[in-house]
Amino acid sequence: MTRLDRIAARRGTPQESGLISLAILAVGGQGGGVLTKLIVELAEANGYFAQSTYVPGVAQRTGATLYYVEIAPRRSVPPVFSLMPSEGHVDVVIAAELMEAGRAVQRGIVTSDRTLLLASNHRILTIGEKAVPGDGTVEPDEVQSALFDEAKRSIVFDMQRMASETGSHISTVMFGALAGSQALPFDRAAFERVMQANARSDADLLAFARAYDLKPVSGQKDEIPTGLSVKPSGLDAFEHRLSGLPDSVRPMAEAGLKKIVDYQDIAYGEEYLDGVEDAVERGRDGTFAEAFAKHLANAMCYMDILRVADLKTRASRFARIEQEFTKGATPTYRVTEFLHPRGEEFIATLPAGLAERIDRSERAKRMVDRILNKGRRITSNRLGGFLALYAIAGMSVWRRKLFRHRQEMRWISRWRDLAFDIVAEDPALATEVVRAQRLIKGYGDTHARGSGHYDKVIEGIGLVRGRADAADWARRFIAAALADESGAALDGALATVRGFVDVGPQ
Amino acid sequence: MAERSFKKEVEQLRLGEGETFSGEGILAITKALLESGVAYVGGYQGAPISALMDVLADAEELMTDLGVEFRANASEAAATAMLAASVHYPLRGAVAFKSPVGMNVASDALANLASGGVTGGAMIIIGEDYGEGSAIMQERVHAFAMKSQVWLLDPRPNLPSMTKLVGQGFELSEATETPVIFELRIRACHVHGSFEAGNNRRPSPTAAQAKAKPRRDLAKVAIPPAAYQQEKDKIERRLPAARAFIQEYGLNEVFGPREAPIGLVLQGGMYNQVLRALQHLGLATLDGETDVPLYVLNVTYPLVPEEVIDFARDKDAVLVIEEGQPNHIEEAVTTLIHKARLATRIEGKEHLPMAGEYTGSVMKEGLTGFLRVHAADMLTPALRAPNVPDDPPPILRPLAVPARPPGFCIGCPERPIMAATKLVQEDLGDIQMSGDIGCHLFAILPPFNLGGTTMGYGLGPASNAAFSAAGSGRRTLSFMGDGGFWHNGLSSSISNAVFNKSDGVIVLVDNYYSAATGGQDILSSRADNPTKSTQHSLEKAVRGVGVEWVRQIDRTYDVPKMKATIHEAMTTDVEGPKVIIASSECMLNRERRERPERARKLRNGESLTVPRFGVDEAVCTGDHACIRLSGCPSLTLKETKDPLRDDPVAHIDQDCVGCGTCGEVADAAVLCPSFYRVDVEHNPSAISRYAQNISHRIIAALQRRRSSGRVQFDTDAA
Repeated sequence: MTRLDRIAARRGTPQESGLISLAILAVGGQGGGVLTKLIVELAEANGYFAQSTYVPGVAQRTGATLYYVEIAPRRSVPPVFSLMPSEGHVDVVIAAELMEAGRAVQRGIVTSDRTLLLASNHRILTIGEKAVPGDGTVEPDEVQSALFDEAKRSIVFDMQRMASETGSHISTVMFGALAGSQALPFDRAAFERVMQANARSDADLLAFARAYDLKPVSGQKDEIPTGLSVKPSGLDAFEHRLSGLPDSVRPMAEAGLKKIVDYQDIAYGEEYLDGVEDAVERGRDGTFAEAFAKHLANAMCYMDILRVADLKTRASRFARIEQEFTKGATPTYRVTEFLHPRGEEFIATLPAGLAERIDRSERAKRMVDRILNKGRRITSNRLGGFLALYAIAGMSVWRRKLFRHRQEMRWISRWRDLAFDIVAEDPALATEVVRAQRLIKGYGDTHARGSGHYDKVIEGIGLVRGRADAADWARRFIAAALADESGAALDGALATVRGFVDVGPQ
Repeated sequence: MAERSFKKEVEQLRLGEGETFSGEGILAITKALLESGVAYVGGYQGAPISALMDVLADAEELMTDLGVEFRANASEAAATAMLAASVHYPLRGAVAFKSPVGMNVASDALANLASGGVTGGAMIIIGEDYGEGSAIMQERVHAFAMKSQVWLLDPRPNLPSMTKLVGQGFELSEATETPVIFELRIRACHVHGSFEAGNNRRPSPTAAQAKAKPRRDLAKVAIPPAAYQQEKDKIERRLPAARAFIQEYGLNEVFGPREAPIGLVLQGGMYNQVLRALQHLGLATLDGETDVPLYVLNVTYPLVPEEVIDFARDKDAVLVIEEGQPNHIEEAVTTLIHKARLATRIEGKEHLPMAGEYTGSVMKEGLTGFLRVHAADMLTPALRAPNVPDDPPPILRPLAVPARPPGFCIGCPERPIMAATKLVQEDLGDIQMSGDIGCHLFAILPPFNLGGTTMGYGLGPASNAAFSAAGSGRRTLSFMGDGGFWHNGLSSSISNAVFNKSDGVIVLVDNYYSAATGGQDILSSRADNPTKSTQHSLEKAVRGVGVEWVRQIDRTYDVPKMKATIHEAMTTDVEGPKVIIASSECMLNRERRERPERARKLRNGESLTVPRFGVDEAVCTGDHACIRLSGCPSLTLKETKDPLRDDPVAHIDQDCVGCGTCGEVADAAVLCPSFYRVDVEHNPSAISRYAQNISHRIIAALQRRRSSGRVQFDTDAA
């Protein structure tokens, strides 16, 4: 052993010298700085040296932020603290959002030999996830399990919900959870003294106490039902026809039927079931018919002015808004709708014959658009505004005679015919044809863009029809169409297909 | 009013001898300035220096009592120019700004100041924004010190070291008649710690007293022939004086054993990270005892050859730890050792990265690499020859965790400007666009993706100059904030566009503050500031330099109007620059002002109307076009429980401040009818309540009437 080796052997690791390091990861605006201040105050009031640092700047504007604290028992000379966390040497990581906890794991500051991980498992979606036209949210499972696999101990729960329920702030819940974890050498009373000195209201003290008492729970997610567990009443008239459907189709058909009848009337429901039964007959297994039941319902419940007016004038909506916005208190409130129907939507709401005549003349269409196309703000919970919407919603008794209905029914029959045409030879591909209906959504330009994407997908399906992997390609087309608004991904996929289709059969 | 108030903390600036100061680095530096007897202070905001400017602004009363002048300078160049007060007078002065951007702007004034030299101590405090979380291009300031021959201080990042070096820095400046740069890294600015305070010192003379007896000395003016003499004076007299001072007062520090086969030469700012890495290797303690000799450069320019040679002599190898590039210190040390004919091996960037921040693991890895080669016996067997592969596979796939770039805050008035711009671009086709410095630059990121360059503060419109010829096709569009406008944009961008008859469109984003840097007041701020003159119209300034086509928009949230105005500017026949002034208050600052007021009204039972937005889940079809035109943090997604739906729908959370952008965008872009605003009137009058009751009663009756004809379900379709 050399002289230096002997010296080295005497040196303890930083943690053996009493150092405790904490990293706090949050989204800008979540109060990471407030929590940091509480921890420093706590340490300094209880015989510890403390140092905190952070990197301010743009991240505080809704970006990912990191605060870092080191504490050590008081001694004759102040310790040399580090200004940033080192991988593998962080004792406590507090993350105020699920993916920020994931980021901590990715940075290597959560390690199974040392780290206590306190994390909230709620999501604050990133702009990249939200902007996707389809569902761009990142699957949480991989991060969820990493939180438990990679840390020495994990306390994971929905801190944001606890903060909302107590009327406090997530930083307070995190402070309470930190106290409850007993990761720091300070007792509850010491934490409470700091909390008392910094609490803005009793809600903060309540949130602290609830987070303190929390037992570690595993990450749990609200179950999103994929079928209807409760059988809706009001469908008695259809009981017989529903019970005739295969088990794999019935829940979806029930949901669809409920939507259809709510949208229009009983007779519309009968029409719907006709279509579903037809699909059951033609499809070899339930997959095709189930998809058809789902998308036929969506296609038949197209969004027109009447439907929007109907949804906006319902008692249930009024109750929901009152509950959510006034929280049971007794203030007054006004609900202002932001509506901007275009000339097209008015024409679509005219009787089919008249509308078709206008639709044929570009000049007439332009004129209607010039007169009617403008933003309208309507106060829907005062009589004037309500009556206007109520009257429009009442027009739905004539819906079947309107231009839009005729257009939609034509579209549905083309779509259905294509799917039924394919289903015998390639049920999987036919199912994708049915699912492509998903692309048509929104209003105005959005609707037009979706229809354009749908047409391209159908065109692509025409190209691959007959190939063994046709359904896979169709799935790819749909995914590409949902991935970006411009349609570049879809065009790319189609170009690829044209490339090998032109070469000839495989 | 700044984003962060230091009113409470400022009380610590009054502490005297025997008392302990406890707080953030930036506040401690301010205290050290007062203890050094500064006569004047100033600067320009920008992270991490914003907080220092806010502290100074909040401490104005205290400084006035002490006889210290405080100026919020127009720019970093203006701040450095203010140090001219120290040229002929024995006045100590300090200015602060962020670097390297601020130093780039300041370099003209710095070069002039450095050439003539100073009489009173002159200090530039720079916040070095390098590494994680930085908002700017990555460069270091070291070269500025070298080229202008000013001294660069880089203290160990703890409060006692930092504050002590402030006083020593002034003495060094005076002893060598040379300004000094005091470099603080971003984390050091915000490090929380404590130090033993001293008494504040009144400047003597004060600036007013100095001004009463004007002085001039041609030898100190950067004008030929004095300038030639000054160039020699820097090298022949001031540089040796600096080295002598540094040595005499021990500004640099040596730690650890006197004799060892190896040693480390490091920037002061690296000290804590180096110590921690050594601790992890078992070679140092938490208290700072180290087995490896350290030569800590609290002054990184100039080096003191005698000290360097003395440290390196009798060592086999020395590692130079110098963050960033180029590796000026390593090169200088290598040259010194070579010329001194020492056999000591000098290493540096072989073990540590040339570019990028020295984080904990980078430092540990670099030190381990150096020790393995030159002192393997100091390492434990595991570190000497590790069995584990160096790069274990990542625990989480990179894509498992989505990136979270910064963006506009909830309710930001700049969001609707960008939404309108995006809509105009959809109408007219893609536009050549340039950005500037400020929050509005977030528009360059998703979801707006607007603009392709940012060339510097106030230079957005200037950077479109090559594309600004009239009749050369679709016009260009440039953004500039009110901060950049007053910093230098009025002359560099607007007047020059007038002069060159430029045909472009300029959108002035006016949010009433220098908002990105923390909400400091500027000339056109709407607030009454007791010590500053505000409320100067941007429109008058723009017209004053000759812009003919000017549109003032006083509510940026009016997206249809915003869109129509930009559209008009892009297509009008009017010649010359078209300027749109888009004004609405920064929501962060507005909320800070209005939230307490709302709480007070609620408490007192006064009538108060609060708007918030909502989305009808059943009406939303889940395309998210609204999000692509907004990016508001409170406009998010929600999974529906409806088995018929595949995509999550838009949803507005509780944090909504009711700015209205989403509803306005839905209107302007003809998106969808899902958005609604709820104006909740708290503590309503009896009349208001009565009117609502009547409406709601009739409405309820009508709703009952319609639902009676409808099949009822257990749950509502919506």
